[in-house]
Amino acid sequence: MATEDKKRILHKATVTRVLDGDGRASHAQRRAAYDNAVLAEPLSTLVNKVAKYAYTITDENISAARASGLSEDELFEIIICAAVGQATRQYETALLVLEAVTQKE
Amino acid sequence: MRLEILNSGYNFGTKVLFAFIRIVSGQPVPDAAKLGFYRPDFYGAIPFTHEAMRGPSAWSVGDRELMAAFVSKMNECEFCIGAHSAVASSAYQDKAKVAAVLSDLETAPIEEPLRATLRMLGKLTRNHGVDANDMQAVLTAGVSREQIEDALAVCFAFNVTNRLADAFGFFVPDPKGMEAGAKYLLSRGYR
Repeated sequence: MATEDKKRILHKATVTRVLDGDGRASHAQRRAAYDNAVLAEPLSTLVNKVAKYAYTITDENISAARASGLSEDELFEIIICAAVGQATRQYETALLVLEAVTQKE
Repeated sequence: MRLEILNSGYNFGTKVLFAFIRIVSGQPVPDAAKLGFYRPDFYGAIPFTHEAMRGPSAWSVGDRELMAAFVSKMNECEFCIGAHSAVASSAYQDKAKVAAVLSDLETAPIEEPLRATLRMLGKLTRNHGVDANDMQAVLTAGVSREQIEDALAVCFAFNVTNRLADAFGFFVPDPKGMEAGAKYLLSRGYR
């Protein structure tokens, strides 16, 4: 296992804070957004877009989520969780592949 | 930005700071910088981003900014492509090199280790994953394990930032505004 450098520690702290830190959205909602797991519409569409095609997000995606009863602070947190979750899956996947390849050498 | 709290939900001291920056730089505070001031206790990715972009690494600041611009291109994030192309161009003192990489990685005039690294980051960003062959190709090009870890940290930071820029709808400044932002990021980093 690679030595945990400063960046790995800061990364873990970021993940812990958005999932478990104080917030307005529920921990379950934040976790589901982070995992891009099934959420009720219209949040599901928005979270999936953040994870997979953020450049296609429209004003309507945001206003629909707001109209469903979520506050702006809840949306702020849910969007951040979705972004950090997808980026983390990619980061950790690549680090695992790197570790496997360098161990074989 | 699409959430009103990100336009006006700052405390008095922060609003004064934004006004001061606007007077000194002649430009409004970029949305990416504003976001860092909204509930930093919750998001707080600034220490990670600063460490990835300006912390110790065998990659130069220009290389890391080029990686940021390249990842942003893969994510089609207009704000971040503009912002980090400007920083990379300024760090390298070579606008043409940055433009060439963003236009065609395979023919751009850069060293092979950097090209192989960008190729891998591009695939990771577009396909959301890489395999052992992709990673081995980077090592074979002469890139160290530590350099790959450093590049992956840049990639993580911009895979988050690109998504937030597009979800929150960051305003894309004109070239003059991008230049002002680039000057700040080069002299101060991400703190």
